Amino acid sequence: MPVIETAKGPEWRLRNQREALTRWSFWLVGVVVFLWCWARISEATTWFFVWDAPSIAGDIFERATPPRWSYMDNLWLPIWDTLNIATLGTIGALILAVPVAFLAARNTTPSALFIRPIALLIIVSTRSINSLIWALLLIAIIGPGVFAGIVAIAIRSIGFCAKLLYEAIEEIDHTQVEAITATGASRWQVMVYGIVPQIMPAFAGISVFRWDINIRESTVLGLVGAGGIGLQLQASLNTLAWPQVSLILLVILAAVVLSEWVSAKVRGAII
Amino acid sequence: MNVTSTRDASPTLEEMVGTRWRRPPLVQRVWLRYALLIGFAAYLVAAIASVEVDWLRVYQGLDRGAAFVMAFAKPDFVSRADAIWNGMVESIVITVASSVVGILISIPIALGAARNIAPVPIYMICRGIIAVSRALQEIIVAILLVAIFGFGPLAGFLTLSFATIGFLSKLLAEDIESMDRSQAEAVRATGARWSQWIDYGVKPQVIPRLIGLSMYRVDINFRESAILGLVGAGGIGATLNTAFDRYEYDTAAAILLLIIGIVMALEYLSGLIRARVQ
Amino acid sequence: MLRLDALTKTYKTGDKALKAVTLDVPFGQVVALIGPSGAGKSTLIRCINRLVEPTSGAVMLGDVDLTRLKPGALRRERRRMGMIFQEYALVERLTVMENVLSGRLGYVGFWRSATRRFPQKDVDEAFRLLDRVGLLHMADKRADQLSGGQRQRVGICRALIQDPALLLVDEPTASLDPKTSRQIMRLICELCAERGLAAIINIHDVALAQMFVARVIGLRFGEVVYDGAPDGLTPDKLTEIYGEEDWEATIEKVDDEAETGIEAAE
Repeated sequence: MPVIETAKGPEWRLRNQREALTRWSFWLVGVVVFLWCWARISEATTWFFVWDAPSIAGDIFERATPPRWSYMDNLWLPIWDTLNIATLGTIGALILAVPVAFLAARNTTPSALFIRPIALLIIVSTRSINSLIWALLLIAIIGPGVFAGIVAIAIRSIGFCAKLLYEAIEEIDHTQVEAITATGASRWQVMVYGIVPQIMPAFAGISVFRWDINIRESTVLGLVGAGGIGLQLQASLNTLAWPQVSLILLVILAAVVLSEWVSAKVRGAII
Repeated sequence: MNVTSTRDASPTLEEMVGTRWRRPPLVQRVWLRYALLIGFAAYLVAAIASVEVDWLRVYQGLDRGAAFVMAFAKPDFVSRADAIWNGMVESIVITVASSVVGILISIPIALGAARNIAPVPIYMICRGIIAVSRALQEIIVAILLVAIFGFGPLAGFLTLSFATIGFLSKLLAEDIESMDRSQAEAVRATGARWSQWIDYGVKPQVIPRLIGLSMYRVDINFRESAILGLVGAGGIGATLNTAFDRYEYDTAAAILLLIIGIVMALEYLSGLIRARVQ
Repeated sequence: MLRLDALTKTYKTGDKALKAVTLDVPFGQVVALIGPSGAGKSTLIRCINRLVEPTSGAVMLGDVDLTRLKPGALRRERRRMGMIFQEYALVERLTVMENVLSGRLGYVGFWRSATRRFPQKDVDEAFRLLDRVGLLHMADKRADQLSGGQRQRVGICRALIQDPALLLVDEPTASLDPKTSRQIMRLICELCAERGLAAIINIHDVALAQMFVARVIGLRFGEVVYDGAPDGLTPDKLTEIYGEEDWEATIEKVDDEAETGIEAAE
């Protein structure tokens, strides 16, 4: 195969000619697609602004420093709201995700033909749509506020948690379940003794992991009116109050770092 | 986990028969266990109490909610076909361009952020870049970039490229750090140069993971590109926002269905590709 | 007490795992089931308590045909059959005590079991069994902290606390070292004698089987090809069960192993 007969004798190559050709054409198509995409972006861009960007960035930076520390007094309540959106949203999502996961896992679903596809559909559709879009939608339906944020975070997280959880359920050791079944245990007892202990670590890990992500997401939900610190961010941006913007960004940064630290600690303690 | 305390000798059968048995608690220290429980309960009560829900407004909204759910049954792709088409193409364009650039940049950064390959100063710099990129929420980066570069897909493209770097470099660096040392050493033992060592000793081990992660990131980038429009950074988000503002639920439903469809297709595709490379 | 009547299992793939197996196990008899891998030993055991659904034939436990039972009745009958597994099949993240008590699940209601409030009678019995196998001090350890032999002892307790009339034992020693294997086999046989239990023990170690049981059944390609006393297993018979091989070494090994076994017992 990859040994080519040449005038100077056989020569070794990694790939034969046809393979090499398909590979090159594959790369060529990739480059063309990328260049076309770039051309479209470039077309839609006012390059004048872009060349001006460094001075604009410098200007914004100058106006944003130093942060207006006194504005912190107005931020404590939004921070509390943000924390609540993330935590309550995660709890709500977990309550809904557990049954969905059991319905979606091949080894626990009551019907692989009818119920499993529905569960998978719930997982895919809630997962594919960003929490900001869910928030937009919920604000249109139930009005702006923290509650819309909680529900948005909860819905967005169902798919994520259920997907990871049902994968964990599918990976459990079947003989442990078999052993509990053989004792004459009922279906629900098999669940509690055979399956639940095996997925508990995964469940705990997923909860904390998702809570961490939800803290990040809930900081920006306010941009569309769903409560939390994002509301203040939006208000400050609208009035071009850059010192407030920089303070809020610092607070968000601190929240994100802190939540990641907490989640790492908790996961370390559980697993 | 419970490490039995080394009290005196373990009790005999006679002592244990007739005693009650309870499962050993997760938290051994009694005061800590109750403190955690009460603390969490108190937090929950405070949190729920502080959420103001206007139930009347929610009740009135149920009609609109029902209308929206009904809209999924008959989505309207037609009346704003132009806007939807342009928005979708822009989202896809942003996804492709940012994924390509992001992946290309994240490879050297991942090499630099792997403790077993990079010297300490480079390691610190690369880890710093990753930390910054991961700490900043996409949408916040987009707001700043829109302020700097003006409205349009360029800001979106830069945002997602930046986010891709943080995501991909971190996971890839962890993968490089956990690779099989002996394979890489075997290549180095042949007298290979650094670049050859990377090419023959490191690359083959991490390529499958790189491809898998990249596909996953393309998926994420597409989903994120759908919201960049909310802050003026291009893509389908702007169209979607308009549809919600005008209560055009059938158009919004059409856009959401398209997003779900494309995400599903991407997931299927990435499943196929991952199965092939592994 | 247990009678298999033309028990047949054909898998969906078309593999015939059991071909009309008929046998009779009286009260209190311990039977070893030997045969090469894929002979259907595991399937046979699992068809008895219907972890695997048999295709046709009958499984009579006393006067009850297990193959005709509805789920609820099957669960009640399963309580009378304790099962011991090859890889122990303990629920690893539960404690030893929870694993033992899980043998009582068929007798206890859902909420009692979910909140771990087992009747004191069951708890005492669990303590006694753990003491009998020498693991009482491990009661509150998690199952994954135990060694292989210890885990198998817990598995035995879980089967016995069901108060069964019959033990189904699937390769109890396959994951254990030779010494522990011997101890576990002895423990199972002693407990069967103490409590007058019948048992079917799947085992691939012919020597070990000959050492402990009174009756051996040889299975090949889903059919019974030998049924009799362990010393009737001549090289010819073993060849019929396992295929061509030099059996003299195995049989000789049996003899001196049997001696050391007795020494160890004393």
